[in-house]
Amino acid sequence: MNVNAIADLFIAFFIIIGAFLSLVTAFGVIRLPDVYTRNHAASKSATLGVMSILIGTFLYFYLIEGHFNSRIILGIAFILVTSPVAGHLISRAAYNSGVELWEKSVQDDLKLSKQTAKKES
Amino acid sequence: MLETVVQFALLCIAIAMLGLIYRLVKGPTVPDRVVALDALGINLIAVIALVSIILKTNAFLEIILLIGILAFIGTVAFSKYLEKGVIIERERNS
Repeated sequence: MNVNAIADLFIAFFIIIGAFLSLVTAFGVIRLPDVYTRNHAASKSATLGVMSILIGTFLYFYLIEGHFNSRIILGIAFILVTSPVAGHLISRAAYNSGVELWEKSVQDDLKLSKQTAKKES
Repeated sequence: MLETVVQFALLCIAIAMLGLIYRLVKGPTVPDRVVALDALGINLIAVIALVSIILKTNAFLEIILLIGILAFIGTVAFSKYLEKGVIIERERNS
């Protein structure tokens, strides 16, 4: 087993993990009941899946083609920082524009604290 | 072996994008559709990375960063519009 075969194994491992996590994202977005749970599925597993695929791509270009590409690392860092922030913003916008929670959800602390703040003011 | 793995991963991501398009069409509320669009943009990055592995070229790798930035800006603009009704607020002098 030479070095290239081991590099192939690592790259294939990262890419398979990323593809599997992308499928998990799609199933979560289709099957979960309301927008908050769907956002939970989409923002977390899509981020990790794409980061893993990009790590596989970086390893491919570095180990097999011998080309160090810093843009992929920059892309990984950027996605790691911005994708959860985008998920948070969408979730907050959905709550403030009045999207209902799932009817089986138990507790809504934000609603309670808004009501008490309104009473005190 | 790596070729087959990359093609299989591309198939998986295509199926995932089809699922997200289903949610984009059907989604009952507007934030649902924005969540699906955001995830579609993120999956498009993965498609570009895998295609550049298949074609053995490093000419498309700037596009990864570009689509990441554009997806983030689009999502921020959509969520600000949904929350406040405007995207860029005007200065109030009164």
